[in-house]
Amino acid sequence: MALFRMPGETLFKKLWDAHVVHVEPDGTTLLYIDRHLVHEVTSPQAFEGLKLAHRTPRRADAAIAVPDHNVPTTDRSQGIADPVSRLQVETLDANCAEFGITEFKMDDIRQGIVHVIGPEEGLTLPGMTVVCGDSHTSTHGAFGALAFGIGTSEVEHVLATQCLWQKPSKTMLVKVEGQLGHGVTAKDIALAVIGEIGTAGGTGYALEFGGSAIRALTMEGRMTLCNMAIEAGARAGMVAVDQATIDYVEGRPYAPKGDAWDQAVAWWNTLHSDADAEFDRVVELDAAKIEPQVTWGTSPEMVATIGGCVPNPADASSEVKRHDWTRALEYMGLQAGTPIAEIPVDKVFIGSCTNSRIEDLREAASVAKGRKVAPNVKLAMVVPGSGLVKQQAEAEGLDRIFIEAGFEWREPGCSMCLAMNADRLEPGERCASTSNRNFEGRQGQGGRTHLVSPAMAAAAACAGHFVDVRKE
Amino acid sequence: MRKFSVLDGLVVPLDRANVDTDAIIPKQFLKSIKRAGFGPNLFDEWRYLDHGEPGKSNHDRPLNPDFVLNQPRYQGASVLLTRDNFGCGSSREHAPWALEDYGVLAIIAPSFADIFYNNCFKNGILPIVLDAAVVDRLFRECEANEGYALTVDLDKQTVTTPTGESIRFDVDAGRKHRLLNGLDDIGLTLLQADKIKAYEERRKQEAPWLFSGSQQ
Repeated sequence: MALFRMPGETLFKKLWDAHVVHVEPDGTTLLYIDRHLVHEVTSPQAFEGLKLAHRTPRRADAAIAVPDHNVPTTDRSQGIADPVSRLQVETLDANCAEFGITEFKMDDIRQGIVHVIGPEEGLTLPGMTVVCGDSHTSTHGAFGALAFGIGTSEVEHVLATQCLWQKPSKTMLVKVEGQLGHGVTAKDIALAVIGEIGTAGGTGYALEFGGSAIRALTMEGRMTLCNMAIEAGARAGMVAVDQATIDYVEGRPYAPKGDAWDQAVAWWNTLHSDADAEFDRVVELDAAKIEPQVTWGTSPEMVATIGGCVPNPADASSEVKRHDWTRALEYMGLQAGTPIAEIPVDKVFIGSCTNSRIEDLREAASVAKGRKVAPNVKLAMVVPGSGLVKQQAEAEGLDRIFIEAGFEWREPGCSMCLAMNADRLEPGERCASTSNRNFEGRQGQGGRTHLVSPAMAAAAACAGHFVDVRKE
Repeated sequence: MRKFSVLDGLVVPLDRANVDTDAIIPKQFLKSIKRAGFGPNLFDEWRYLDHGEPGKSNHDRPLNPDFVLNQPRYQGASVLLTRDNFGCGSSREHAPWALEDYGVLAIIAPSFADIFYNNCFKNGILPIVLDAAVVDRLFRECEANEGYALTVDLDKQTVTTPTGESIRFDVDAGRKHRLLNGLDDIGLTLLQADKIKAYEERRKQEAPWLFSGSQQ
């Protein structure tokens, strides 16, 4: 009879253990990588390094490439106007051709933001280790996968070896129980979590999102949530596999078929933390208390509810924070005490790997339907996450709703989330954005970003200022 | 990769928390397909008063006199002293490339973002975590004493102040070994090629769908 019973395992540990190739005496582990997503910005130097060392990819078949950061979201028939951006995309094309890596090029209907197309094509599967030279790789954890962003040296390392040296993360369970209120979305959960634990709260951790409110989210919502794990400092965010996961994956072009499907599902159904699993930290939130969120500063943790006000730096909890808040208010051109709902916006951006999937566009369209973009809003744009999302939205007539309301309907890409292409804020412009980072200069030098959900962005576009979408 | 052993370096204090990699090297410079040459655009939006673009000469651009890196007393600094969560945000390795190209070889902060911390070690930069109270004191000492320099000894895992005070820091043994010897990670990993192959063979049996590939 066993006197001691081992505690149950976390999802993180199950995923980790399934990918261990070798462990050094100090615990440093060589971890096998199942899927490598590649884009044009963080890969050229990796391919160059590979070539200089006369190496070739160990498994070109495990990689998939797509240009997304630099691509224009307007008419693409003339190619990319900026010669520097064009060279970067052409370099990706050449590297993929040379090494036999499948690439969805700019004119492919499957082209889109790397974190949208992976799941959409079934290239991201439960139980996989997924990496990409992009911090928002955490998105793919929504499928019960271990997914994290890496630097270019590690991109080269994965190409050459199909492995990475890692040490196990600590684990944190973010448990959200209850029912979200009407008009409150996964984006609001993500911002509320970051507001709670801070942008460094997840450093060193892999986050697992659990609880009834998470189970009730669609896969799109789970992707939004895991996408923002990195904004809480965690390289990886994840959600256990359930029927919603399996239903989403089934029938996707690269998903397993036939016997392999049954075999895969049998394993995927084990990919959840055991009931008695122990986490290094547990954070609990009540879903019913989460309100629509709007960031007011230059870090995602600088967040308030739509009914709240811009805070006063005098109320900050430390000297360092007081300094940061003061600087943020100055950069954002905001006065302490201003109601969030009185802040006017100049531009509206609906898109990015956080919020550009079909469900996001449906939510935004349902708010914009039959209304007009306010006269003080210079530009309101919708950038679908992929060519297939765009096609689906058009089949549902969402494009007409947006265009009739005065939004611009664009081609897929990262666009104004990071403004590497022509889409950007001018100095001093204020934007309601569904993206993930409100850092200084992120959307263009001097630009002022307020992070919100797609519904809140659409509502701000029509009102000309932030407004409580629940009252719309 | 460059070896790191002992660094005796002038310290520049960047008194901000949550310095993100967008601030360290703005996006327009990420269009480069090269690994070198990012130093002149390190902290571009804080360092210059105009807008920088790749290919634009930086020599005659107006400098922001208020930005700490532009102050004469900090010219030639190789140790960056900063606050919590340095390097958060984007995974861009262009951030450590820009720091290294500028001449920063050690960074001292109470905490770092994970991906940035990892990227530093791949580029011969040593990120050092010290207690927030100690960092606070180093800030005060640095600001009060022109020419303030610290000696960073990776092998001994110490930071030594001008008064001879020695402060110990932690570093992962494997990372330390690689940085001390300037070792190439890929070369080390390929020594495990047999184990990688054995893993793949086993995994092909257990989970064949993982090997059906992205080529349809």
